[in-house]
Amino acid sequence: MSRLSSELKQVFWVIAAFGALGAVTPFFDDYTQTIITRALVFAIMAMSLDILMGYTGLRSMGHGVYFAFGAYSTAILVTKVKGVGLLTLFGAGLGLSFLVAAFLGFLAIRAVGVYFLMITLSFSMVVWGLAYRWHTVTGGDNGIAGILPPPLFGISLQNPVAFFYFTLGVFLICLGLLYLLVKSPFGKTLVGIREGEARMKMLGYNTWLHKYLAFVISGTFAGISGVLWAMLNRFIAPTDVELVTSVEALLMVALGGPATLVGPAIGAAIVMFLRYWVSTFIERWYLILGATYIITILYAREGILGKVEGLLAWRKAGREAGAAIPRVQKQPEEIRT
Amino acid sequence: MKAKWLVLLAAAGLALGAGAAQGAPREVRIGFIAPLTGPFAQVGKDQVNGFILYLEQNKYKMGPLTVKFTAEDYEAKPALAVAKAQKLIQRDKVHVFLGGLLAPTGYALAPVADQFKRPYLSPAPAGEDQTQRKRHKYYARLSFTSGQCQHALGDWAYEQGHRRIATVGADYAFGYESVGGFQRGFEDKGGKVVAKVWPRLGTVDFGPYLPLIPRNVDAVYALMVGPMSLAFPKQFKAAGFKMALLGGTTSTDEFILPNMGDEAIGYVTTSHYSAAIDTPKNHAFVKDFQKRFGKMASYYAENSFTAALYINEALKRTGYNPDKIEVWLEELKKIRVDAIRGPVYLDSYANPVQNCYIRKVERVPGDRNNLGVKANSLWNVVIKTYPAVSQFWNYKPEDFLKHPVYDKDFPPCKFCGQ
Repeated sequence: MSRLSSELKQVFWVIAAFGALGAVTPFFDDYTQTIITRALVFAIMAMSLDILMGYTGLRSMGHGVYFAFGAYSTAILVTKVKGVGLLTLFGAGLGLSFLVAAFLGFLAIRAVGVYFLMITLSFSMVVWGLAYRWHTVTGGDNGIAGILPPPLFGISLQNPVAFFYFTLGVFLICLGLLYLLVKSPFGKTLVGIREGEARMKMLGYNTWLHKYLAFVISGTFAGISGVLWAMLNRFIAPTDVELVTSVEALLMVALGGPATLVGPAIGAAIVMFLRYWVSTFIERWYLILGATYIITILYAREGILGKVEGLLAWRKAGREAGAAIPRVQKQPEEIRT
Repeated sequence: MKAKWLVLLAAAGLALGAGAAQGAPREVRIGFIAPLTGPFAQVGKDQVNGFILYLEQNKYKMGPLTVKFTAEDYEAKPALAVAKAQKLIQRDKVHVFLGGLLAPTGYALAPVADQFKRPYLSPAPAGEDQTQRKRHKYYARLSFTSGQCQHALGDWAYEQGHRRIATVGADYAFGYESVGGFQRGFEDKGGKVVAKVWPRLGTVDFGPYLPLIPRNVDAVYALMVGPMSLAFPKQFKAAGFKMALLGGTTSTDEFILPNMGDEAIGYVTTSHYSAAIDTPKNHAFVKDFQKRFGKMASYYAENSFTAALYINEALKRTGYNPDKIEVWLEELKKIRVDAIRGPVYLDSYANPVQNCYIRKVERVPGDRNNLGVKANSLWNVVIKTYPAVSQFWNYKPEDFLKHPVYDKDFPPCKFCGQ
């Protein structure tokens, strides 16, 4: 009962936080609005990776792959097909990243640990190469420009505020779906696999299938962020889908807190804020990013949100026990007086 | 660095603000997006420094206007350049922005210019289609297209008696477009390109590629970029190739040249600029740049300097009112500027028509023309000038544009294997 209510409380806080974000953002200047939108787009990517990395314990360096398929499918459709709708774009982006993840899953899921990391890393390199060398389709290193977002129910998404709300909406849907996923028995099984795969196997779970499904779901959601990114920047080039993108997603999850869903979103926000805001004041903003990572690794291994949760739980435990502890401590004082 | 200018500008702004009269605007805000960190940082600095040299020489003034100059770093990532352009427009309210180094950034930034109706003047990205098939209203290029001067080099190569040539070009868009321009210029005259080799961008070991170059050719045209430019002539000579070596703009630009050795001597390349152009204007420019930044002036710096010149000239002719963007931008596209590199004007596709210099690398004893450059340096000595070369070479624009943009397979290699 109390666990359920504390979970509800968490959900309430998260909804309140994003509600506040939605209410406040239109009052910021245009540039800040686009930074927030960028953070939301990458938050979707980081959350999708969290399913794999945080919940299933599979560190992937290949999330740029689905991002790339989402972004390039959108870019090509918008620039080649006249009057293409949002539904088609999302359908194509999601469908493609689903298919690619379903295929790559067969190759990758056999491996664990650093081997899984290496296999997924090679996927990112292959897809970057594809974007760079398949000149006729992807435009090579010149990229594809002029990706204007199509209207949603007649509302133009070319306005930054409208696009922000649209992104926020997509983000919340993703967050909701992923939240349901991790709270479901399926999600619990993933955590079980992370904690002890052999034990789960012994209990009769098909751990390969669970990991495979987690891989495919995670990849599909990453495709969404690619679709949004292409429409937000109105431009896509191989530099957007190179290995750095995959690594950055990994770091966002580590920074925010793996296995927390909202944590990676916070990680994404921090990285985007540093890259687009702080970098305009401090050229060497990578130093700050690096310092942030080092501090996180040294003092908050469970990530920022994980640390905050840990501190809250510790305080709460202290408060609950607090009623008893002072009494115990008072006794010797009474004796002394 | 940036902080220093900002403080200076803030001080100047305050001083002016105190005595500001109402009416005409007092400042023109200019943004510059360059790769100031990462692998292209040094080139990016040259770009910004060229602009700063102009501003410092003119005490940050354009006529009555104070220049507020903001430089932003984009790490050579086009998507970041888009974001930084938005920042410059939305937060700093710039009147005009410049920047980008490689072609993708140019393609990424031009739509931003149209979206916000703020001019984007390109001081480097050489993607052909930006001033050909994919033009934007608020865009003008002040540098060159990849193929522009290469046509002239092709023409020159034929005149030197070369009939069969092999090309070696970095395997990406700038490489395709440069090689394409050279091939067209050469084959239009009657020459034959008999082999085209495409080493991967960033190749420093040409071992796998050198055997692909036939030995029975009169010359080899090499379009190299960055570290490739340094490695190629050495390995080419070491592999025993004796024929003439020709090259594109970046194969021996002044950014690379001071790091090259004797293997580069005799290398003939082409560009719209050379630090060795013998005009008083260029002498002064090279001298000042060397004095202020301790380096030989490169075409990156010259492009930025010319961009500043262009902005000043356009503003001057429209009464120094930077807010009337359309008015001065139209003027900018019409004027003829006597730049460091020589006379420049824009064609109706917003690309410069300018001299193309055929340059031969030579070691000049002593301090050439007393410009303060290190003694016994290598120089791109100009051996022939093609005046007023257009991006369309000697074609009519309509005819030129009927063809697809230069690519790996265009112009087709008709004589390959012969």
